[in-house]
Amino acid sequence: MLERIRAFFAQRHVLEVETPILSHASGTDPQLAFFTTTYYSPPQTHTLFLQTSPEFAMKRLLASGCGSIYQICKAFRNNEVGRFHNPEFTLLEWYRVGFDLHDLMDEVEALFNALFGEHLKAPERLAYSTVFAHYTGLDALTFSYHTYCDFAKRENLQDAITLCGENHALWLDFLFSFCVQPHLGKNALCLIYGYPACQSSLARINATNPSITDRVEVFINGVELGNGFYELTHAAEQNARFDAEISARKNDNLPQATKDTRLLAALDAGLPDCAGIAIGLDRVLMILNESASISDVLSFDIQHA
Amino acid sequence: MAVYSTNEFRSGLKVMLDNDPCAIIENEFVKPGKGQAFNRVKIRNLKTARVIERTFKSGDTLEGADVVDVEMQYLYNDGEYRHFMMQETFEQYQADSKIVGDAALWLKDQDMCTVTLWNDAPLAVTPANFVELEIIETDPGVRGDTSGGGGKPAKLSTGAVVRVPLFVQQGEMIKVDTRTAEYISRVKE
Repeated sequence: MLERIRAFFAQRHVLEVETPILSHASGTDPQLAFFTTTYYSPPQTHTLFLQTSPEFAMKRLLASGCGSIYQICKAFRNNEVGRFHNPEFTLLEWYRVGFDLHDLMDEVEALFNALFGEHLKAPERLAYSTVFAHYTGLDALTFSYHTYCDFAKRENLQDAITLCGENHALWLDFLFSFCVQPHLGKNALCLIYGYPACQSSLARINATNPSITDRVEVFINGVELGNGFYELTHAAEQNARFDAEISARKNDNLPQATKDTRLLAALDAGLPDCAGIAIGLDRVLMILNESASISDVLSFDIQHA
Repeated sequence: MAVYSTNEFRSGLKVMLDNDPCAIIENEFVKPGKGQAFNRVKIRNLKTARVIERTFKSGDTLEGADVVDVEMQYLYNDGEYRHFMMQETFEQYQADSKIVGDAALWLKDQDMCTVTLWNDAPLAVTPANFVELEIIETDPGVRGDTSGGGGKPAKLSTGAVVRVPLFVQQGEMIKVDTRTAEYISRVKE
């Protein structure tokens, strides 16, 4: 698999890079728990973070003018253990300068074609709101507490009402995870794009429709394999989103994150227009091998590491 | 009582849910890459034996249930209740078939097993991981066959049916893994 990926990018003249796994700053996303470690540099000690993805370091390279790049590396997310999760896992992340979201989706399809060949049916490309409406009958972009609650009651998902309350983003996470995602990509690559703006993360807001964001997710057989963006290049906007996430962490009593000022400086200096995506390679391997659990494709999972 | 977070929900953990003691059966971690993590949990209500599915936000907690597992000797079945005894105190407990459940398939008189007590009343019975039972009914094996290949069903003295290799005969004692209902070996008399 790794050989094919490297050949794929070599042919397309995308440069393989390596960036530090240990960093002075971390992602601020309240949904991602990081690992910390202590760096002794006498007389001082510093807290360093294990990356939750190589995104920030790679964006700094992009801002320095390196052109399109890819990386295959380890990433770490604390607290995530399950059939599809191991706290240490392998990511393929790549950035294409000058690509928009649709160019990127073309390339994702080409890569999966190179990896799976005839084993998958023709890829599908669906808008989030279309697929959400198809499986739930709900409007993903406009939140109506009562309509969402009625749906939850009908589908015997009462827990959603207590858990999600009036939080639209949480409702979307819940309903998408349990009612939509399991149906996506039956033996085919399925790309979902046009996420609601409240789920934008590091993506740009769509230029023509401000209620959606230029974000894409990749699914096969109901398994989420990756997440890509038409990247936000605006430093002030990024800074504002960092601050919002840091205060959200504070409200939820989560460990404090350190804002990556070096990334902000890089964005300030100018990140070229680009699109990027990260693919969880362990899960790709699971699908290639038809494995039931991520531990089947790891040499030693976290229990045995 | 201890408090358990969703990532400690392992199969067998006893917790209080809606004021009833419950056992976790299955706990699936569901997390969108960029979103809230959930735990979809299958839970057996230990009082009603009903299995329900609940969803929690990852990190949510439940109180542990005051449930203890005690090693006891299985004594006999009086038709309605099965009787168990604590070996140190000779204290006896009785449990009906609803409580004993599938464990009945593996309970032989005098064998040790685990009885789960909630407020000192039996809630569930778990057989030993390995039990030795007699085959009371199975087809005669084919001559010359070895342990490889197919197998055949064999009915055991407790009523359980397991697949055994063709060479194993009626009347023999076999060792069975009760967790998987799989044949392990013959037992030498």
